[in-house]
Amino acid sequence: MLFNIARQQAGVTAIDLYAEYPDFNIRIDREQQRLLDHDVIIFQFPVFWFSTPALLKEWQDLVLEYDFAYGKHGTALKGKTFFCAVSAGGREEAYQTDGFNHYTIRELLQPLEQMAMVTQMKYLAPFALFGSRTAKEEHRITRHSALWSMLLDELVSGSLNTDKASKLENLAEYFQIGVSE
Amino acid sequence: MTGYFLQAFIYLLAAVIAVPIAKRLGLGSVLGYLIAGLVIGPILGLVGEETNAIQHFAEFGVVMMLFLVGMELEPKALWNMKLRLLGLGGLQLLLTSAVIMGIGIYAGLSWQVSLTVGLIFALSSTAIVLQTFQEKGLQQTEGAKSAFSILLFQDIAVIPILALIPLLALPELIDIAENTVQTASGHSENLVEGLPGWLYGLVIMGSIAFVTVGGHYLSRPLFKFVASSGLREIFTATALMLIIGIATLMGLVGLSPALGAFLAGVVLANSEFRHELKANIEPFKGLLLGLFFITVGAGIHFATLTENLGLIVSITLGVMVLKALVLLLIATFFGLKGSNRWLLTLSLAQAGEFGFVLISFAAQNNVLATDLIALLQLVVALSMFLTPGLFILFERGIMPRFMRNGSKRKPDAVNDKGPVIIAGIGRFGQIVNRLLVANDFKTVILDIRSEQVDLMRQIGTQAYFGDASKPEMLHTAGIDEASLIVIAIDDKETAVEMVKYAKLSHPHVKVLVRAFDRGHGYRLRQAGADYMISETYHSALELGAQALRSLGVHPFQAERQKHAYRDIEARQSDVLYEAWKDDASGERFDNNYRDLFMELQQLIDDALKSDLHDNHSKRRGWTPPPKGYAEEQLDKEQD
Repeated sequence: MLFNIARQQAGVTAIDLYAEYPDFNIRIDREQQRLLDHDVIIFQFPVFWFSTPALLKEWQDLVLEYDFAYGKHGTALKGKTFFCAVSAGGREEAYQTDGFNHYTIRELLQPLEQMAMVTQMKYLAPFALFGSRTAKEEHRITRHSALWSMLLDELVSGSLNTDKASKLENLAEYFQIGVSE
Repeated sequence: MTGYFLQAFIYLLAAVIAVPIAKRLGLGSVLGYLIAGLVIGPILGLVGEETNAIQHFAEFGVVMMLFLVGMELEPKALWNMKLRLLGLGGLQLLLTSAVIMGIGIYAGLSWQVSLTVGLIFALSSTAIVLQTFQEKGLQQTEGAKSAFSILLFQDIAVIPILALIPLLALPELIDIAENTVQTASGHSENLVEGLPGWLYGLVIMGSIAFVTVGGHYLSRPLFKFVASSGLREIFTATALMLIIGIATLMGLVGLSPALGAFLAGVVLANSEFRHELKANIEPFKGLLLGLFFITVGAGIHFATLTENLGLIVSITLGVMVLKALVLLLIATFFGLKGSNRWLLTLSLAQAGEFGFVLISFAAQNNVLATDLIALLQLVVALSMFLTPGLFILFERGIMPRFMRNGSKRKPDAVNDKGPVIIAGIGRFGQIVNRLLVANDFKTVILDIRSEQVDLMRQIGTQAYFGDASKPEMLHTAGIDEASLIVIAIDDKETAVEMVKYAKLSHPHVKVLVRAFDRGHGYRLRQAGADYMISETYHSALELGAQALRSLGVHPFQAERQKHAYRDIEARQSDVLYEAWKDDASGERFDNNYRDLFMELQQLIDDALKSDLHDNHSKRRGWTPPPKGYAEEQLDKEQD
């Protein structure tokens, strides 16, 4: 759903890694070129055991090479914006310090935050949908999709306040706060 | 000595000239040998009297052939044949000899002579027929298997027939014989002569038991012992000794040497020395059989033939037509269909080499008069001479009809449609089909081999008989509504033609093709195929990776090397294809394609090697940062 919205959005390239590399044989050159061609990098994935699915981790391992993404001459990603758009099966209440999962989603995704740091990208809060298995029945999809569309619009036009977005717990709150302010 | 050499040279020369020419003309080697014999015998008169003696020697080729045939048959397979053996073989022998006997009596011959003639003509030529089956690659067809059953039954039946013939002796011929001096010692080589019936039976049973049990238990240690010596020629000698020994044993107890050899072959079918034995015996068999055919050709008495030309030719044709009719009847009765029925009918319509044996045996036993003997011998020889013609008739006249128009069996009406058409449901097509069907894609399967279609139906896969290369057939199979066609047929040319047609008439249909090799793949690509894959490519890669693992390479490393191979191959495929196209169209005369191909091999070699020996190689992926990285980080922190 969100992926299709992204795919149809002008100025956004949506890539289905599992369709392109069903055998995990990632073409490094092509992926690095894609990174160079874009200013904002989004990892969109369902949270599997509090982290990315295997292929996306593989993608990091292979594509973010020394002297490309990090290291002395590795400045290819410098200044780009990075965040994760995730869906999680657990309820928002579970992703709390005193909840079932003990950590917030932003805390759990800290390895990715550190990845952005090392590659000198601006890290924004994750755009998260909780309780994803029942989101449809509870009619939460439409609103979430709308937020997603707005977010992409602002990213493409460059009007997103990245400082504000980087401090949030969940990027989905960005517009609510904006409205309430 | 020189005389022998000259003789041998003449025989060999005739064969060397005639056989390749006959083969090139599509006549088959048997006819070549027969013509060679005809030329050096009756026509040029280079050889003469000794042909009879040579023929007896050359008959040993038949013994060897049955030994080899036996080795192709496991005891279990033989047991499974029992019904066909008795049914087909028994009926053929019984019916043919009965009809000929009837005609003989009608023509005024005594019943004894008629029966003998009937039995002689009922037998067919194992030598010609099996040799031709092998040469034309027909062994595995139903028709050839049935023919083999009949031939085997006939070879077995020769034994009781040989026992029967002396009982048919004509009193008046015996009188004549008694008046002449009996010089020939007859059966002095036969040990069992004069034994009472029960003892004779016992001796025969004992001999057969000896061959089977001995073959099973003694041959292995013997061959092991011989093989361990490492001398190839001694192994050959052992193989020859084995067969000659068995033939002698069988001869001694009055059984057919061919049958004994066949039995020994069956016993050795499971032996680990089977292939070695085969390779050793094969050349002897070939040469001896060739010699045998030459002697048949050389043994034709032109004088007798020309005197009674009309009579002999009409008897020969009559016998052949009659045998063919009986065979056709049996084939129909046993449910043989299409080309197989005709193969059985035509292949066994001649009289055979055992006919010669029976004729001379009947002569010794005073059953047949001398003038009749000469006549019968000519008929047998002539019918053998005509047999290759029947095979040519089958190959050129009948096979194509069944191949093209699809036997008597019309192309099936395809009554369901699906998004996928699969042409060819052999080893390749079956896997494709299973994968698609398991994913709920309806497939329409076409195959040109009716046995394969039946087999598929037996295991619950709906397949249709029909030639998928025919536009009408594709139309019936629903190509108009299909979105995909998988071409998995053996015939390379047909596959290319099919791609061309499908892409031309139905550009929207995706065409996925199994290619035989790289060149075929390029041709398919040129014809417009959407996807083609060499049938051996992935399995070879898999096996190669397994070989690496077996050699102790880490499984993941093996997997990566496999991927690297595949990647480079895929990356270079366009370049290679373009080069191939240029080379093929004749626009370039250098060996650009070959150079590029070698370059590809080099690329693959380099990529795989560098990865193995150097972790910081041109190969990408999981490359750790260099050793100085930790310090680099510290510097940054201090900044």
